[in-house]
Amino acid sequence: MTQPAPSAQHQGPGKGHPSAPAAPPSKQGSGSRALGLRVDVRNLSLLGVLAVLVAVGGITEPDAFLDTGNLQLILTQASVIGVVTVGVTFVIISGGIDLSVGAMVALASVWATTLATQEYGFAGILFTAVVVGLAAGLVNGLLIAYGGMVPFIATLAMLASARGLALQITDGKTQIVTVRSVLDLGLPDSYVLGIPPLVLVFAAVTVAGWLILNRTTFGRRTVAVGGNAEAARLAGIDVRRQRLYLYLLSGLCCGIAAFMLIILSGSGQNTNGNLYELDAIAAAIIGGTLLSGGRGTIIGSVLGVLVFTTITNIFALNNLQSDVQQIAKGAIIVAAVLVQRRTLRGGET
Amino acid sequence: MAPEPPPLLTMSGITKSFPGVRALDGVDLEVQAGEVHCLLGQNGAGKSTLIKVLAGAHQPDDGSITWQGAPVQLSSPITAMRLGIATIYQELDLVEGLSVAENVFLGHEPTTAGFVVRTREARTAAAALLRRLGHPEIDPAREVGDLSAAHQQIVSMARALSHDVRLIVMDEPSAALDPDEVDNLFRIVEGLTSDGVAVVYISHRLEEIRRIGDRVTVLKDGRAVAVGLPASSTPTRDIVAMMTGRDVEYVFPPRPAPGAPRATTQPVLTVEGLHRRGEFEPVDLELRPGEIVGLAGLVGSGRSEILETIYGARRPTAGRVQVAGTPLRPGSVRAAVAAGIGLAPEERKAQALLLTESVTRNVSLSALSRFARGGWLDRGAERTAARRATRELSLRPDNPDAAVRTLSGGNQQKAVLARWLLRGCRVLLLDEPTRGVDVGARAELYAVIRRLADEGLAVLLVSSEVPEVLGLADRVLVLREGRVVHQADAQELDEHRVLDLVMEGSPTS
Repeated sequence: MTQPAPSAQHQGPGKGHPSAPAAPPSKQGSGSRALGLRVDVRNLSLLGVLAVLVAVGGITEPDAFLDTGNLQLILTQASVIGVVTVGVTFVIISGGIDLSVGAMVALASVWATTLATQEYGFAGILFTAVVVGLAAGLVNGLLIAYGGMVPFIATLAMLASARGLALQITDGKTQIVTVRSVLDLGLPDSYVLGIPPLVLVFAAVTVAGWLILNRTTFGRRTVAVGGNAEAARLAGIDVRRQRLYLYLLSGLCCGIAAFMLIILSGSGQNTNGNLYELDAIAAAIIGGTLLSGGRGTIIGSVLGVLVFTTITNIFALNNLQSDVQQIAKGAIIVAAVLVQRRTLRGGET
Repeated sequence: MAPEPPPLLTMSGITKSFPGVRALDGVDLEVQAGEVHCLLGQNGAGKSTLIKVLAGAHQPDDGSITWQGAPVQLSSPITAMRLGIATIYQELDLVEGLSVAENVFLGHEPTTAGFVVRTREARTAAAALLRRLGHPEIDPAREVGDLSAAHQQIVSMARALSHDVRLIVMDEPSAALDPDEVDNLFRIVEGLTSDGVAVVYISHRLEEIRRIGDRVTVLKDGRAVAVGLPASSTPTRDIVAMMTGRDVEYVFPPRPAPGAPRATTQPVLTVEGLHRRGEFEPVDLELRPGEIVGLAGLVGSGRSEILETIYGARRPTAGRVQVAGTPLRPGSVRAAVAAGIGLAPEERKAQALLLTESVTRNVSLSALSRFARGGWLDRGAERTAARRATRELSLRPDNPDAAVRTLSGGNQQKAVLARWLLRGCRVLLLDEPTRGVDVGARAELYAVIRRLADEGLAVLLVSSEVPEVLGLADRVLVLREGRVVHQADAQELDEHRVLDLVMEGSPTS
């Protein structure tokens, strides 16, 4: 972002082409700088969109929207899908896709709330949710990394199977949670400085995700695999193992999200996490993650989640039906991807 | 003869740049109706870019195109096709899951009411085209994926002829063909030209050009160094000289004095009977520290395959690779890298670089764990080490945050070399290290490679540019069709001898 201008002018076909005018190299340089800037601008613009939404909410429903309880509600609703989105963002940056997140959340939430599991109390529920998420992620990862399956197909199969298994476990019934310590986490008494515990979990997962992506070898390898898998392989990176880990990570996030959903709803249902895959992918995309891999940010994805959740909230407060919400969501995705395409094209030539 | 008719096609001053590379630098081309115009040049000379401009797939930055006397803009492949320009690419652009007839008429199917394809009519017409091309045995109803490479090429040609075509561009059409099939190809070309169709023919094989060419345009480093030479009477030596650009002096670094410790040291890389069925015959090879060994051969001679098999990117059918006496696990890149082998692959952008990432991140990629404790990156140390490596190779701009995409070809290659310098390898495999690198930057790369060797690295070099192999390597292995046909000290060979060895056995000799 603060590249010195002279260095940009060193490049370009200067040598051997004395007739080359000075303009093209500097144009190239500004293009690359603009690319670096634009990525940030996009996060900024999402922040702007969020600000506009808050203003709209504040103006249309000043009392209801800006109420502390409502803001807590928005953040809480964003938390579950937000944790899922962090995992999905990693997968998409690596050039993959995970369509099974919603189904994994459902499976983990019902497995963790069976009568047998609930006997082990808080720890049993948390442990089961996380292990089921990890196990489903492991299956995805093995099929994709070592079975050579296309991520779309493998996770589509997992989507179907995990939902089916969830239905089989519950027999379509809602499994009420009776463990007090779990339910308590959803009550205002448990709020820390006015912040619900679920929001704290979301914040922690976001920070962890950011650190992993930007400060660890794991994050670096994720970007390398997504940016150019062949180059990563020829540089000596174990691309397959990296892919396996990434789907495990997505499964882990789903397990955590399932536990959060159990706290939030006080139950486990096979319909939990319905269409989370679409919401998570959409949030990552409008947050600037390239569906083709190699580029993306955790912050962008989290902002994407907040934008969607806030819209839903404002529409609900204004008594607009969900059909209008859906249309607005679609329009936002289209607008964000058009911006993304322009950025890409600007980067290429 | 009557006064010369106006040319069918005139391209003048065509210029096209890609980030970091000027692929075409004011190229002129003039094609007459009914002639076979040959386009010659080494890899990276700009042939592919030029024909993509002609096909409407690339838009030139500058220059003009005149078609049958009128200026035109080839703004898309469809525009070019409507004018009657068809291109048969080296990588055939057929849809494997569709039938022969469906491929031939793809995009302009004979239809009823605008959308119902008249399949029988398409098949009859396709059969007629295939007969005209001398291959009545190809069934128009068959799926293209089931056909041999040679037959697929015929289908591609039939597709070109299904349009009202005035000019056909053929990009190395003989590369995938047996001698008989090449004869048939030439018959087809003669048939086309006698109908007044012009053919732009690209080939590496000089004797083919002598047989069917009328005129020759030679490209070198994005410029046309000769336009419209007579194909039959220009001496081979002149053509080779223009292609290899003897006028541009390659500056090679001096070799270390003979009798240096080379002969006495143990080989660091030993390859024994390494073999991959269908790609190359068993190869034996020894590399000592400080030595540069060159592999010379044409595209398809197995040179890149050998390099990639040594590196573990391809699994050998038989044979083994040892580094300093320790055998490597076959087919494992990670084992090769761990043992100290590094590869600068042929397709730098596709196989080595993360183009949108910074120089630092590209350079550190193979040694990431060295800068990490418990997976946690010490980015300061990473940056310092990457910077040391790039400075040692004088990579420019000296900016660790610059996206690799914005570097010139030569500096991108330096980024790849810096990766292995940072990793600290003992054997460096270089596949076409100067492809897409302009002449001035090449000398610098040569000096870098020689210096790395002098510092004790063993280098295995593949290049299709014979002078590069002869000038840089100490020892040269000449490959033809997957077989080592000759092995000698670089100083005992000259370019003509190597070219003879490399091309011997091609169809007409």
